[in-house]
Amino acid sequence: MTSRQQTAGRWPHWLHPAAVPKPLRGWVIPVLLLTLWWATFRFGWTSSQLFVPLSKVIDTGVRMAGSGELAHALGASLYRMVLGFVIGTAVGLAVGTALGVSRLLENLIGPTFHTLKQVSLFAWIPLISLWFGLGDLAKIAFLSLAAFFPVVLNTFEGIRSVPRAHLEVARVFAFNPWQVFARVVWPAALPSIFTGVYLALIYAWLATLGAEYLLTSGSGIGNLLVDGREHFWMDQVLLGVLVVGAVGFVLNWSASQLERRLLAWRGHSTAQF
Amino acid sequence: MPHAATLEIRGLSKQYQVKGETLPVLDNVSLSIKPGEFVSIVGASGCGKSTLLRLVIGLEDDYQGDILLDGHRIVGTSLERGIVFQEHRLFPWLTVEQNVGLGLLNADLGEARKRDAVREHIALVGLEGFERAYPYQLSGGMSQRVAIARALVNRPEVLLLDEPFGALDALTRAYLQQELQRIWAQEGITMILVTHDVEEAVYLGDRVVVMQPRPGRIKRIVDVPLPRPRDRGDYAFAAIKEDVLSEFSDHPRDELIAEPRERNAVEWQFSW
Repeated sequence: MTSRQQTAGRWPHWLHPAAVPKPLRGWVIPVLLLTLWWATFRFGWTSSQLFVPLSKVIDTGVRMAGSGELAHALGASLYRMVLGFVIGTAVGLAVGTALGVSRLLENLIGPTFHTLKQVSLFAWIPLISLWFGLGDLAKIAFLSLAAFFPVVLNTFEGIRSVPRAHLEVARVFAFNPWQVFARVVWPAALPSIFTGVYLALIYAWLATLGAEYLLTSGSGIGNLLVDGREHFWMDQVLLGVLVVGAVGFVLNWSASQLERRLLAWRGHSTAQF
Repeated sequence: MPHAATLEIRGLSKQYQVKGETLPVLDNVSLSIKPGEFVSIVGASGCGKSTLLRLVIGLEDDYQGDILLDGHRIVGTSLERGIVFQEHRLFPWLTVEQNVGLGLLNADLGEARKRDAVREHIALVGLEGFERAYPYQLSGGMSQRVAIARALVNRPEVLLLDEPFGALDALTRAYLQQELQRIWAQEGITMILVTHDVEEAVYLGDRVVVMQPRPGRIKRIVDVPLPRPRDRGDYAFAAIKEDVLSEFSDHPRDELIAEPRERNAVEWQFSW
């Protein structure tokens, strides 16, 4: 309390951080950064070749969007991401459910799985490139792997931690095993499963970029960035960064909207931005 | 009106195995409950009263003795025996009417009949207008009423109540005790209430079974020959309550300690 009062005393009222309305507080830092970026060139604070004005990035964006170059790269990246995400999530759900439902499978597969998940994702790249080459197939395999692990772990956790109290209610009402799974286990595990799928979405997008950096063939946003760096096209690099960030933001936003609908019964949300 | 059952418990004993040692929980419990009777069971923690209910509902097995419902030995859980737990145990992903409807999932009724039964039982516990609410939107007392509706919707022959109002505040508890008595009178089913609240036991029961711990056994059965509705301030009521309480004089009663509520991240975050 005291520190707050002191701060309020020293700062002019309108400069106090709390002067910004709550819903807009998240925008304070982006706006400050953009202003700083704009001012850097407006007032000539740098002449470095490693940095370009905001306006040049926008021009490049308009040019590449007009020529279809941007859409082509983004489309290629998103196509791989969606495919890898869907494959990894589907297999992950199946394996996670199997591990959660069957103690035999857990004993059989669990130890191997828990060892493999300790291997850094990028350590698989050499193996994947040897087996699948450098093209789409290799990238999609890598992305599937990235999406697979969080889904398995969270599905397994969710199914394992179904409250006993709920299972007893199911027994009192004489549910058969399928009813127990469909009416109790699955819905109770859903928040955890959603967390897994949500992580898979984020990992898949990160891994898309990773795959494009490390398996450099074909087109994609990652290749756009690599190209930009090699040719010292800073505008293209920065444009790539902005697009990657924007896609991540949209994915995150969609996930939280979906969660809000699917898991309305919880009255709160995990996916946030 | 549903059929109310006779429950006959004869020479019931139960042990748990704890680290290789045998721990007796119930020792030679015999109790006969008439159709439509309301029996309260009071006892300190660890006297096996909850275990007794879990055996009757069929969630625990491996016992000695007999538990007979209308002369038939009970096997596992069954729709003819309903239970309300201390925690409401509603499924948070289902609305009030879906939670109540869950009780009818395996009932031999048509969809229309099921819908009617759900509506009637939500009305029975006085929750019209909350059919589409989720459990997180309900108070503790309302949740427990939904749990009662869910347990009754199958029209069980006997309803078991395992400290159903233990976690509620005193005012809500008193109100729900009245409600429960009204429902019992209206439905005429056999009810067995386990509680550690002597006043609750005397207020609701036709008979109060006093249990004592280590191992759990019946110490005494006290009749409550008072007309309903009962007046807690009445002299006869107070006398019976005193009588039951005197059974606990050498065993200090375990008071219910409310668990602290789970703290939210927001509560400890600074506002600046």
